[in-house]
Amino acid sequence: MDRSDMARVITVTSGKGGVGKTTTTANIGVALAKRGRRVVVIDGDIGLRNLDVVMGLENRVVYNLLHVIRGAVDAERALIRDKRVDGLMMLAADQHSEKDDVSADEMIQVCDSLRDQFDYVIVDSPAGIEQGFKNALAPADFVIIVATPEVSSVRDADRVIGLVEAAGKPTPRLILNRIKPGMVARGDMMDTEDVLDILRIELLGVVPEDDAILAATNRGEPVALDGTTHAGRAFGNIAARIEGENVPLLPLEAPTQGLLNRLSGFFRAGDAAEGRGGAG
Amino acid sequence: MSFIDRLFGRKETPPSGKVAKERLKFVLEYDRARLTPAQLEEIRDEIIAVISRHVDIADRGVEIKLEEGGRLVAEISLSDRVIPREPRPQHR
Repeated sequence: MDRSDMARVITVTSGKGGVGKTTTTANIGVALAKRGRRVVVIDGDIGLRNLDVVMGLENRVVYNLLHVIRGAVDAERALIRDKRVDGLMMLAADQHSEKDDVSADEMIQVCDSLRDQFDYVIVDSPAGIEQGFKNALAPADFVIIVATPEVSSVRDADRVIGLVEAAGKPTPRLILNRIKPGMVARGDMMDTEDVLDILRIELLGVVPEDDAILAATNRGEPVALDGTTHAGRAFGNIAARIEGENVPLLPLEAPTQGLLNRLSGFFRAGDAAEGRGGAG
Repeated sequence: MSFIDRLFGRKETPPSGKVAKERLKFVLEYDRARLTPAQLEEIRDEIIAVISRHVDIADRGVEIKLEEGGRLVAEISLSDRVIPREPRPQHR
């Protein structure tokens, strides 16, 4: 991407709730900032503020998206700088309003006003396909769908892909989240290929289920801050792909596990590494 | 299938990942075609009405399903009254 370009607005959405949209948004933001980009992540889930706690910035929220939209403060004053990574800022959601209090045009205006100061504006969409989703989608140049390898999640993802295309946006790209290599190896979970075969969109990355993600989120430290974990590397690769790099998937390996698990894995015929796709 | 399963003639259950994929394919065919079961029922009734003006249809003789790739297929079984027991020799 030409760096003189105005910021790309990326919307992260899923249809179904609880598939890891907010965690994904935070980690993509961190991973892009670590690549030296100027990034602002916006919590588009008005009424249900979450991005601030996932990022560990909840104690610093004074103003939020709605203050900016209503013109109460300039965007600069409402943005919270993430001191752990250069170039990363967050704009929180308002907790005391409803999704219908904001319009799609207002979201476009706010995102447009941020374009010249940032390389990326990343909007965390609320779950569902109602007004909040429409607001988050409206400013997007690029849409990321987060899905888990479950029937309900993939079904909702399919519906959302249709809505994104109907809105005249480019076909979204998929992040397959919380894949469990052990279950895939046993045939008890759909693998990446199965999901891609059904959704027929391009893959942006695969993030395996990893205790490190929950542990990091508990502490308010997005896992991508630490590039040594598997999930952290996966988000690093996703950021690279967003910037047009052709990075191969990481081998799908069982995340950090105890000795007993590793032993039983050793004795189990056919391991995850055996051509069932990859992660990253 | 294990030896014991075979011994008792148990059917092999496919792995749940495969079941998930098949169920998804099925449900998405209908989602994408924007067809509800109620609409299908309506289509079925109308097909029965049209076809029975010409031939007798067996009870529950119309089955409609959406196949992969967006093919809506209606299988129409005629009543046995219109199907002769001994097929007549066919001339082509």
